[in-house]
Amino acid sequence: MLEKSITEIHEALKSGSTTSKELIIESIKKSHEVQDKYNAFVTICDEAKETEVTEELVSGIPFGVKDNYSTKDVLTTGSSNALKNYVPIYTATVVENLFNKGAVMVNKTVLDEFAMGGTGTTGHTGAVLNPWDRTRMCAGSSAGSACAVASGVYPYALGSDTGDSIRKPAAYCGIVGYKPTYGMLSRYGLFPFASSLDHAGVLTRSVEDAAIVVDAMKGIDSNDMTSWDSSEIKLSSSLTDSVQNKKLFYIKELCDINNYTNPSEELKTHLKNFHDTLNLCRDLGMEVCEESVDQKILNAIDSVYTVISCAEATSNLSNLTGIIFGPRSDAQNVQDMMREHRTKGFSPLIKRRLVIGSYVLQSENQDRYFRNAQKLRRLIVNIMKDFFAKYDGLILPVGDGPAPLINDANDKLDLKMSALNSHLDIGNFGGFPSITIPNGFVNGLPVGINITGNCYKDANVLSIAYSLESKMSFKGQIAKERM
Amino acid sequence: MKKQIAVIGLEMHCELISNSKVFSSAKNEYNETPNSNIVPLDLALPGTLPVVNKKCVGDALKMSMILNCKMPEYMYFDRKNYYYPDLPKGYQITQMTEPVGIDGEIEIEVDEKLIPVKIHDIHLEEDTANLDHYFDTTTIDYNRAGVPLLELVTEPAFHSASEAVAFIEHIINIYRYTGISDADTKRGQVRCDVNVSIMDEDATEFGTKVEVKGVNSISGVFDTINYEIKRQTELKSQGKYNEVEQETRRWDEEKQITIRMRSKVDAIDYKYFVEPNIPKFKIDANWIEDLKKSIPRLHLERKYDYINNYGLSNYDAGVLVKDINIANYFEECLELNIDAKMAANWITTQILGYINKAEISINDLFFTPKRLADLINLINKGTISSKQAKDIFMKVIENKKEVMEFVSKDNAQISDSEELTKIIDSIIGNNPDNVEAYKNGKTNLFDFFVGQVMKETKGKANPVLTKEILNKKLN
Repeated sequence: MLEKSITEIHEALKSGSTTSKELIIESIKKSHEVQDKYNAFVTICDEAKETEVTEELVSGIPFGVKDNYSTKDVLTTGSSNALKNYVPIYTATVVENLFNKGAVMVNKTVLDEFAMGGTGTTGHTGAVLNPWDRTRMCAGSSAGSACAVASGVYPYALGSDTGDSIRKPAAYCGIVGYKPTYGMLSRYGLFPFASSLDHAGVLTRSVEDAAIVVDAMKGIDSNDMTSWDSSEIKLSSSLTDSVQNKKLFYIKELCDINNYTNPSEELKTHLKNFHDTLNLCRDLGMEVCEESVDQKILNAIDSVYTVISCAEATSNLSNLTGIIFGPRSDAQNVQDMMREHRTKGFSPLIKRRLVIGSYVLQSENQDRYFRNAQKLRRLIVNIMKDFFAKYDGLILPVGDGPAPLINDANDKLDLKMSALNSHLDIGNFGGFPSITIPNGFVNGLPVGINITGNCYKDANVLSIAYSLESKMSFKGQIAKERM
Repeated sequence: MKKQIAVIGLEMHCELISNSKVFSSAKNEYNETPNSNIVPLDLALPGTLPVVNKKCVGDALKMSMILNCKMPEYMYFDRKNYYYPDLPKGYQITQMTEPVGIDGEIEIEVDEKLIPVKIHDIHLEEDTANLDHYFDTTTIDYNRAGVPLLELVTEPAFHSASEAVAFIEHIINIYRYTGISDADTKRGQVRCDVNVSIMDEDATEFGTKVEVKGVNSISGVFDTINYEIKRQTELKSQGKYNEVEQETRRWDEEKQITIRMRSKVDAIDYKYFVEPNIPKFKIDANWIEDLKKSIPRLHLERKYDYINNYGLSNYDAGVLVKDINIANYFEECLELNIDAKMAANWITTQILGYINKAEISINDLFFTPKRLADLINLINKGTISSKQAKDIFMKVIENKKEVMEFVSKDNAQISDSEELTKIIDSIIGNNPDNVEAYKNGKTNLFDFFVGQVMKETKGKANPVLTKEILNKKLN
């Protein structure tokens, strides 16, 4: 039953063919199985209780929460040793909104430490394995959520997305990952990585489920000044497959196989598959155009992201001193206490990012790095806004192929490959609504495409994804381990 | 050595009055129980976000207007990053790029002369937690974390400790007049950093600037400046001016000296950047208008009004404007057409004497300007003497009754024999026939004469005295 869609489960609950209690028990049991196989969870809520089934679609149904959302009385670690014993005293707004509608949290999912990573291998509880192939990564940082949804533990789990942290793992796990326009979902209670780039969002197995969950989570929040009133927007009821005359564009430099020297077979298949999907769009009556963006700008995306996200992170993580919460050091003076907490609490990867962030913010470096990165961010967003004046959405392949092997996690990419792997950051630069859906397999492993639209055009972006999804056979797919 | 001039600049932090803290919903009020006025944000629990208190922004804008500063088109905040246990987030939200006011100027009065003071900027920020150090431990009270603070930075505008102190007192007065802050130095609501340098009288460049941080009282500012001027001048006169370093010192209240904290070389790089969780917002022109209208007439304007238009002395005017409520009381008196000097005299002596002794606010004084007007009218008409007026003043307050009640029952009685004699003489003079008749034995006419006196004085004549005088005159 948990492998079905939210509406199907809801109807089953209403008809009495299943109960909330059965679903919760089943989901917890499945969580333990998935934990044993793929290491997807920090906490499994064995005590989770069923709820009353109401008219709310999410009522009575289990879901997962990435372990960087504050949950009252439930351990929330950010997958870091710095918070390995932290039990929050308040619940994040989006989670609270789901609770209020009767949704039941059954586990907290593993992420890359403080969501700073793209592999799902850096959490303090160890790497999350890909449910299609245990030698491969899920990508990150919402690795546990992607793994669990793909494994059928529940129909949806919360993720967060600062660069591609929902949309990349969704692609590698063969599911849907959606982050709405910046501010549609409150960030109150989401552990910050880079506040100007951080988005809350969701991982599901269908576009409709993504719309349903975001409908249930969204709303202006007096605790988050960047949230806005979206009460006029009903995503699930505005889904439509009449997308004739919608206009999409893709970026030539990223999608043309001739732009890559010595492309791998995987890349060739991935891009061919992408172009096949474009033809499906055309079959649906959409217009799909090729546009060009200066390769230099595309190559700079990753640096812009690194500079801005590390700068904000170094400040955002300054509250982690072990003085108020987190393991407190026994050192004799306060400077040593803070130093020891941070030395022991953070992995080398986080330290590297914090050092970069500190460096680019130093007064003698700010102009050269931080301010330049902000200018370039603005430039990229403006280029996109110009495109969005003409097009309903940008459509691009996610990454350069399927999930890499975990052992290759640290392999360096050449610049052009880097652009293919970092273009999802554009959605965070501009706060654009952006969704990844599965669009096929490469070597038996799932791959995805991404659709990104202009701010506040969530319904439009979702309808494009929804109609495309209906033309393909990957909706609702559950991971099957590749032999 | 040439004559030296001191050059002094101030950074003045003042805690604002508001219901809640500047970026959190926790109460902003003094609470003796540590860590009772806190919400998750004040402890920087992961995931918490700042929400700007609009009232505090409004007050900051008002202060910016009063200081004649340029205001930004958009309001936004910056993070000042540093690690200290009193700073839970590891950064302070403040304003660096676009403070709420820059390039201002305000006149202050020093020794009865007006001098202009240039303001570098004024900005809104949050206070830190309070650290209490004990023998081998330190406790942290987060009640103060996030309390709204306005930091006012002057240009190097002063040349003496008394100028600097006059400025601080002037600004404290503005804070209290506008109700933006209680500016209570005893409760640590005003804290100053003081920059002091010295230079040759005819020099064109400033000397080496020394910053003294965390001076928490007005007398402390005065002593710090004088100490630093003396220390720097002595070193210079000994040919050791190179020992005056660009550094940060602190004021040791007990020892009455400044102590070195760190040199400029070790200055902290605060890595400022724009606070991303507070979207920048346009400052609405209508709001500015409303704020402007809500600024009351300030003390210096009132003071010179009282001196120039009502003939008060600088001293009396100064006493009246020290507290807006007293100044308002005085102005109500003026509206009731009480003579300005007489009102000032009554307020500065009787009224202030009483409210200081009773430890009440003039706003709670039963003796309102209307009652003062009643009393002064009686004095002016000669109904009561000044001495009697002072008695009535106390009786009105003690009994919570109107002025007239004490006039008819007590004081209004004409018990002055000279005055009564005059009245009786004139009655006798006007009634020669009745006097004749009385003297011829018609003694019941005595009551006629008493009646005449009562008629003449509207019943206020002291009857015993009246009879006594009549007896003397008629017999």
